[in-house]
Amino acid sequence: MSGMVEKRGAAHWFTHLGMILGVVIIGFPIWLAFVASTVSQPEIVQPPMPVWPGDQLVENYAKALLSGVNVPVARMLFNSGVMALGIALGKISISLLSAFAIVYFRFPGRLVFFWLIFITLMLPVEVRIVPTYEVAARLGLLNSYPGLILPLIASATATFLFRQFFMTVPDELAEAARVDGARPMRFFIDILMPMSRTNMAALFVILFIYGWNQYLWPLLITTDPEMNTIVMGIRQMFPSGDDIADWPVIMATAILAMLPPVIVVITMQKLFIRGLVESEK
Amino acid sequence: MATIRLDNVKKSFGKTQVIHGVSIDIADGEFIVIVGPSGCGKSTLLRMVAGLETITDGTVEIDGARVNDDEPMDRDIAMVFQNYALYPHMSVFGNMAYGLKIARTPKAEIKARVQAAAKTLQLEAYLDRKPRELSGGQRQRVAMGRAIVRKPKAFLFDEPLSNLDAKLRVQMRLEIHALQRELGITALYVTHDQIEAMTMADRMIVMRDGVAEQIGAPLEVYENPDNRFVAEFIGSPATNFLAPALVPEAPAGTAWIGIRPEHVKLAEAEGASLTGKVLHIEALGAETLVHVVLADGTHATVRQEGHLPKPAEGARVGLAWHLAEVMFFDTQERRLR
Ligand SMILES: Nc1ncnc2c1ncn2[C@@H]1O[C@H](COP(=O)(O)OP(=O)(O)OP(=O)(O)O)[C@@H](O)[C@H]1O
Ligand SMILES: [Mg+2]
Repeated sequence: MSGMVEKRGAAHWFTHLGMILGVVIIGFPIWLAFVASTVSQPEIVQPPMPVWPGDQLVENYAKALLSGVNVPVARMLFNSGVMALGIALGKISISLLSAFAIVYFRFPGRLVFFWLIFITLMLPVEVRIVPTYEVAARLGLLNSYPGLILPLIASATATFLFRQFFMTVPDELAEAARVDGARPMRFFIDILMPMSRTNMAALFVILFIYGWNQYLWPLLITTDPEMNTIVMGIRQMFPSGDDIADWPVIMATAILAMLPPVIVVITMQKLFIRGLVESEK
Repeated sequence: MATIRLDNVKKSFGKTQVIHGVSIDIADGEFIVIVGPSGCGKSTLLRMVAGLETITDGTVEIDGARVNDDEPMDRDIAMVFQNYALYPHMSVFGNMAYGLKIARTPKAEIKARVQAAAKTLQLEAYLDRKPRELSGGQRQRVAMGRAIVRKPKAFLFDEPLSNLDAKLRVQMRLEIHALQRELGITALYVTHDQIEAMTMADRMIVMRDGVAEQIGAPLEVYENPDNRFVAEFIGSPATNFLAPALVPEAPAGTAWIGIRPEHVKLAEAEGASLTGKVLHIEALGAETLVHVVLADGTHATVRQEGHLPKPAEGARVGLAWHLAEVMFFDTQERRLR
């Protein structure tokens, strides 16, 4: 650390220059997308491509949000939001509970369950997509939120993370709670959950983005445009054949699709870091 | 406030038996210390009383009722752990109030009881702090506070002072003892520190390898140990064990004789029945420990008052004692009386 702080003069500026350059390279396409979402259709298609924002921002975004190409983008944002939140919260609650069961209870077949969960690590959605689709379809989950969320909700990774964390919690804490009169679920809610809040925050960020970015599964399970999620929706806005693409609206949609994950990262990051600082001795 | 009765309590982990049948009747308000070397089963015994370990065999009764199958919460006991086991995300107040909250005590009463406990333990200024913002001694007090607000039938302590420095340990030892006396709540206290055992206990259980070797008042155990292990474990420096031939009056079957260091006196080498060479001297001020090696190679310790003349290291000295203070042990290490 001290080495980094002590860097002065030329080296200092050089590092910053490097970082700024990196930001520019990564940010430029996003900037272009933003610019494209603020100009009119004719301005985009005629070269050279504009690099400074135009005056159509409000019109383009309003058009995207309220009418879109197939479905209003607002609708797709809502669908994606429900799915991402559902997946993130569902995964966290299920893995918290299963980790709690595996670490704190000695039930018959504990090891079997442990390995069953472990094995699912090898079975991401893409691998089991056909049978999963079959099951979801038979359960009548097509074109529904449960259909979007439930098949993606089991998480071996999160279960392992919480298991690892619970194993570092001293046994005496559970015993003290037991002596204090807390039954297992009470201990789970009053002691374990508050103690895991930093882990939960970190996982929420990762899982929300994971859920938000789902493409293949929503594509399969939803046929009704009303149930489209934004990530698959963008793809479906692309013209097929001789249709004319409404690029400013598509670009506005793309920018809108990026916002929720960014907001989640920024807000949760604060909570996450505060949690880390608090729990450190 | 309660009586506790252990009747032939046994514990096995799988095939290994670690407690081999301990029985004791504990009176209401009594302070019992369980003492013994590491791994002898002190914690296991305590945890069986708490309900944190199942009881393999025998019975535990609290206030005359068999509690073998009761959950800890239903036994109405409070426990203080070696690492305090405070809830890290709760304030000091929250830690002390948690048990009461679960028992659905009215808010006003919780507040009053926690305030009262905080006052007794001088924690009033810290009620809003988190455990990590407290010193070791303060955490220890919070753990005590958590136990006393519940007004339980019994306190169970598992080496509560072993994470504190020596000075604080002495202070907390006195405080815990005074508090227990004041509240009159029956206490079981596990330690491997014999000074804690001697100073706090009404009676102590000296354990070895899952067996209660002797149960009795501290001075009674000190002055009248039942076997060689107790004589050696209780008392510091440890009892001297010498060959039986040195004492012609020893009863038949004596395998060892034991003499406490304070019962051995230094004498002139000439004319003494037993002589040795001074190895080294520890002058502690009030008392002096003289370490002597005998002709047969046995080491012996003499404890004498600080003002008495100290022999030079390497000097030859004679050792003397009163026959009445000598203890005899047979080949099974049992005391011969
Ligand atoms: N859960 C367990 N499974 C198997 N063996 C155990 C278990 N808990 C304790 N033991 C064994 O039981 C014996 C007694 O352990 P216990 O913790 O009661 O000792 P102790 O007297 O409290 O020692 P210390 O002074 O080191 O705390 C030890 O030999 C230990 O290895
Ligand atoms: Mg122990």
